[in-house]
Amino acid sequence: MSHEREARIGNVILDMQNISLRFGGVKALTDISFNVREHEIRAIIGPNGAGKSSMLNVINGVYVPQDGSIHFDGKQFGRMTPRRAAEMGVARTFQNLALFKGMSVLDNIMTGRNLRMKSGLLSQAFRIFGAEKEEIAHREFVENIIDFLEIQAYRKTPVGRLPYGLQKRVDLGRALAMEPRMLLLDEPMAGMNIEEKQDMSRFILDVNDEFGTTIVLIEHDMGVVMDISDRVVVLDYGKKIGDGTPAQVRSNEDVIRAYLGVEH
Amino acid sequence: MAHMSGNASAADPQTFPALLLHHAAVRGNRPALREKDLGIWQTYSWAQVAAEVRRVANGFLQFGVQPGEHIAVVGENRPRLYMAMMAAQALGAIPVPMYQDAVAQEMVYVLQDAAVRIVVAENQEQVDKMLEIREQTPMLAHVIYDDPRGLRHYSDPLLMSWSALLQQGDDYAAGAPGAFLACVERVNADDTAAMFYTSGTTGKPKGVVLTHAALIDRARVIEKLENLSDEEEVLAYLPPAWIGQNMFSYTQLLATGFTVNHPESPATVAIDMHDIGPTYYFSPPRILEDLLTHVTIRMEDAGRFKKWLFDRCMKLAHRVGGRILDGESVGVADRIKYSIGNILIYGPLRNALGMNRVRVAYTAGEAIGPDLFRFYRSIGINLKQLYGSTETSVFVCVQSDGQVAADTVGPPVAGVELRIAESGEVQVKSPGLFREYYRNPESTKESFTEDGWYHTGDAGILDAQGQLKIIDRAKDVGRLSDGRMFAPKYVENKLKFFPFIKEAVAFGANRDFVTAFVNIDLEAVANWAERRSLAYAGYTDLASRPQVYELIADCINKVNADVAQDEALSGLQIHRFLILHKELDPDDGELTRTRKVRRAFIAERYGVLIDALFSGKDSQYIETEVKYEDGRTGRIAADLKIQPAIVVADTLKKAA
Repeated sequence: MSHEREARIGNVILDMQNISLRFGGVKALTDISFNVREHEIRAIIGPNGAGKSSMLNVINGVYVPQDGSIHFDGKQFGRMTPRRAAEMGVARTFQNLALFKGMSVLDNIMTGRNLRMKSGLLSQAFRIFGAEKEEIAHREFVENIIDFLEIQAYRKTPVGRLPYGLQKRVDLGRALAMEPRMLLLDEPMAGMNIEEKQDMSRFILDVNDEFGTTIVLIEHDMGVVMDISDRVVVLDYGKKIGDGTPAQVRSNEDVIRAYLGVEH
Repeated sequence: MAHMSGNASAADPQTFPALLLHHAAVRGNRPALREKDLGIWQTYSWAQVAAEVRRVANGFLQFGVQPGEHIAVVGENRPRLYMAMMAAQALGAIPVPMYQDAVAQEMVYVLQDAAVRIVVAENQEQVDKMLEIREQTPMLAHVIYDDPRGLRHYSDPLLMSWSALLQQGDDYAAGAPGAFLACVERVNADDTAAMFYTSGTTGKPKGVVLTHAALIDRARVIEKLENLSDEEEVLAYLPPAWIGQNMFSYTQLLATGFTVNHPESPATVAIDMHDIGPTYYFSPPRILEDLLTHVTIRMEDAGRFKKWLFDRCMKLAHRVGGRILDGESVGVADRIKYSIGNILIYGPLRNALGMNRVRVAYTAGEAIGPDLFRFYRSIGINLKQLYGSTETSVFVCVQSDGQVAADTVGPPVAGVELRIAESGEVQVKSPGLFREYYRNPESTKESFTEDGWYHTGDAGILDAQGQLKIIDRAKDVGRLSDGRMFAPKYVENKLKFFPFIKEAVAFGANRDFVTAFVNIDLEAVANWAERRSLAYAGYTDLASRPQVYELIADCINKVNADVAQDEALSGLQIHRFLILHKELDPDDGELTRTRKVRRAFIAERYGVLIDALFSGKDSQYIETEVKYEDGRTGRIAADLKIQPAIVVADTLKKAA
């Protein structure tokens, strides 16, 4: 990590303390604490079923933990709701994609601006009370994202007709349209080939660099994560087994054991 | 609107900067350049272009740019890169466009050879290349970039943004307001206007030195021949380092004063073409082939009725379309049927291709398959072949309207003298000829005959109508061991017309028979495989499938039957072939940057395969190193099957 980069990373923006989450008798997360600092790329890794997605859903307010507290931007929340998370500038992408397949790339990304539109349904429909002007401003913002993600050629293409790697990019674009302070990426590279993974890694780094967006990402492909993250949390069976820079995590005995199995 | 007249008078501007100022004065409000940015076409008028060029030129003056200095430009077609070239020319400096897809090391030679101090680069990708090779090019002092994306954290003193350059120009102009015009006036028509490095099918690239007079003369001839006006719309989407694109969308732009449009990105060309509807179009056969492949694939997937209608209409078009375009007499019934076809198929198809408004379309760069050529003409697109090279400022021959024979490149255009040497080589004299190869008097001397004709290096014949027919590269035409002619390009082009075949390389010089390597077209064959539920893992796997071999064998058999028709060419029939395990690629040195096959290199690299083709083996193991786009290397290994094709025996023909 360069010094320049270290200097950019700011104070703690998200602090998760002693989070425990149970579904009936199943313990999904047990007493997990970690924090995320402003402008950093923070990865949550772990084998399948380690509790990564549950963790993300807790941050996002989809799941309510039985124990523990969440501090976002200095405020404490016993429970987060998806709506509140969105309003506070937390955007996310989905592992299994949640796009409108029949709508164009442009329209899908436009939906990300929804929260920021001020004019109501009627004024939008009749293009009155400045609705047109507002739409032009939003469209410009979205066009910048399209340019940024290099998907100009697919602007008018229905999302359902695009290959998977590109759909992932559109999903990222829609999250970016919310101008998030923090972006949660759920397995952004799942199911991609090497070239698509490289592209996606570059976009994640560029988003972080250009817009200063804080990024929390889940991934089970260790290689990619280690290359792009500032700090990594490692989960296994719902417990935190490692936390630190990629180099620290890589040499952590528990992490090696979880990934490679125990030597007998 | 002011129409340009084609007649050059003494008062006409004779240099590029004079032309620019002329257009700014005469048609200042007409669009000169357009670029699609954030989904909207942004227009630069001639007055705006001239004003910005002036600021850039002043910025260059601050760097101490001298007449005769080389300024390199690297990137896609972008208004700012065009303006950088104009600014260099205004100062009597010489723009040197470089191929934007070349890897950094390939640029070192050009930068060293031309002693380049200033590079104008499109984006981060090109800037990174310059930073990578700066140690090898100590002359390099300034890199100016157009698109700042990703460059925010670059603090290298070598770099300067476009806006900083403009600012620097304004500061300079404040102290020396008359400097720009004084420089423009000092530029002479006989000065060097631009230098293009030939992509070099053999050896090191050579810098081709072209003067203002040579380039502008050729542009004027074409303007007159095709009645070009300042209302033409052009889409520039090929590398600006290629003389074909540069002549067409830069030299012709400044000569004629029409509008050149720059696509949003290389991936959006088809969409942008549809937006713009160019009236004057230029494309190498490869792109036309890709477009046709695309159409063919779409039609294969279409419903039965649509496919039936398409096939019927295309059959009619094949019969009468070209003749209607040439203005020949065609029966009334066919004319009526053709106009119905025009409403149902040809019109919508032209529209889908973005060619509805095309008045003149050129193709050049390599020979075009006759069937491919006829396809475009038959649906009413006035596609014409032309012949020329970097050394001739492109235009040597152009097919005339109404007299288009598929296998010729037309008669010589005004000003060109042309002769066929005894060796069969085409030799040329023209006002468009280059002055020399830069710092290479030896090569310059070698490329002219004792009596001053330029060696084109192409073998050709002039037919009874005075139209030139190009057969192959003069040095590639060889003989089979029994003395029959071996013109590899001829048979390769026939193969490449099949949508399933992307590239073919034929061997046979001094051998008993002809053999070939084939590259399948991944898109077309994958689609074919999909419809047959044939699963495959990737290119190498698909290429090795027996079904695919059968598919390709079928194509080759058809070509064999075709060439066997002509006694002189019957030796070209392919006896044995194999499908290569990887696509031929410029990054691996197998194709030139303009995607021409580098025969000698391939023969050396795949020597074992050629031996196997001629030795009668059934298969051959090979391991090949490949270069990925990020510069890393990897290896591909495969056991390639070799298959015989059906050859039409000469005895059969004689018996018939």
